[in-house]
Amino acid sequence: MALSTRHLLGIKDLTPADIQLIFETADNFKSVLNRPIKKVPSLRDVTIANIFFENSTRTRLSFELAEKRLSADVVNFAASSSSVSKGETLIDTVNNILAMKVDMVVMRHPYAGAGVFLSKHVKAQIVNAGDGAHEHPTQALLDAFSIRERYGDVAGKKVVIVGDILHSRVALSNILCLKMLGAEVMVCGPTTLIPKYITSLGVKVEHNLIKALNWCDVANMLRIQLERQDIKYFPSLREYTMLYGLNKQILDGLDKEITVMHPGPINRGVEITTDVADSKQSIILDQVENGVAIRMAVLFLLAGQTD
Amino acid sequence: MLNPILLDGPKFQITIHRLCRQLIENHNDFSNSVIIGIQPRGIYLAKRIAEELRKILPDSTILHGDLDITFYRDDFRRREQLIPNQTRIDFVMEGKKVILMDDVLWTGRTIRAAMDALMAFGRPEKIEFLTLVDRRYSRHIPVAADYTGIEVDSIASQKVVVSWKETDGEDKIVLLSDR
Repeated sequence: MALSTRHLLGIKDLTPADIQLIFETADNFKSVLNRPIKKVPSLRDVTIANIFFENSTRTRLSFELAEKRLSADVVNFAASSSSVSKGETLIDTVNNILAMKVDMVVMRHPYAGAGVFLSKHVKAQIVNAGDGAHEHPTQALLDAFSIRERYGDVAGKKVVIVGDILHSRVALSNILCLKMLGAEVMVCGPTTLIPKYITSLGVKVEHNLIKALNWCDVANMLRIQLERQDIKYFPSLREYTMLYGLNKQILDGLDKEITVMHPGPINRGVEITTDVADSKQSIILDQVENGVAIRMAVLFLLAGQTD
Repeated sequence: MLNPILLDGPKFQITIHRLCRQLIENHNDFSNSVIIGIQPRGIYLAKRIAEELRKILPDSTILHGDLDITFYRDDFRRREQLIPNQTRIDFVMEGKKVILMDDVLWTGRTIRAAMDALMAFGRPEKIEFLTLVDRRYSRHIPVAADYTGIEVDSIASQKVVVSWKETDGEDKIVLLSDR
């Protein structure tokens, strides 16, 4: 058994069997991460470049830790402090890095499809760490893995994704991944932030937060991506919070106990209040912990492919 | 050519018993010793030996676990995809005498990886190795077993397969040849 793809560019390219394989491998790495010595020698002859054309804290740290715990050699590259600002093209930048004998590239880029483009032009294996408003596959995998850990299975679970669906790569990857694993998915947010054709992905749309929360088992609260919003999509952040923010009062008033997730970074007091983020129903920090195991699994399975 | 059976029936049982007695000679009541089977095929041997020891020493607690070595192997990226198995060790190995068990000792590479994997759980007082079948004169690295069921002379193209009553219906060791 092996992954059906040479790169991880999006959830779209994976099969349900691929995802199961990644989850089962991640189970093993999760147990490795709980040992006194958290490092395994598997990727000791692999060099990985983390190329980030966009800011990131969690994803970048998580990938770097995953790589180091697999004993890979790691080079980090941030576009802001590089020759990209001198006018170098993406292919040139990456080919220069590959000339230094790099085997895999983990890339985040502000433009959708950057990973796909790169995979067609360079030899290295590419892992997409987020491309524009397109996909963020490892985030979706770790979210689904966290749901599986909480409930035993993803199939049949009802998941609502709340917030800025329009600008969110996390939302798209999550929808594709959860649907593939047999979950029911709903998106919830102001009309302006729900893409027009989202229902073609087989998801429900709801504009009332309370109704959505009463329907679901799991609520994934997204951040409002103000940096991607070139126009005003809602009157004010305060109004957004009043209509779509999750607070303890709403959570306690529901018919059942739901699980709260957030991909981070959290804007406390906007999409989610502090007491909800830190409540026992929140698995936000479990998501972060699982992120390292999932990324180890993805890198291990990709690196293990022989030509 | 028929594939010769190297060991089965009552003699198989006698060999298991002898290994148990040899272990008791060195480990007394197992109060400071643990048994670890190497995934995927060593776990059946470890389980059988642990069960036999529990029958012989009903008052002792025999701790036994399974160790997966996939992440520690030296042939990752040099052969087809390796898929990990479960590691199940729910006790502390620091300071314990550990007896690693695998069904067949051949090149010795597995046991090297297993020792690496074991060290990730802390520093054991001592590591020993028990194998049911020792394929002599075929080592790639300098390791030897402390306890051996049977010794076999074989060539590289042959395969030694150990079957277990619990999973395969019968206790036996067979030498498979190419033709």
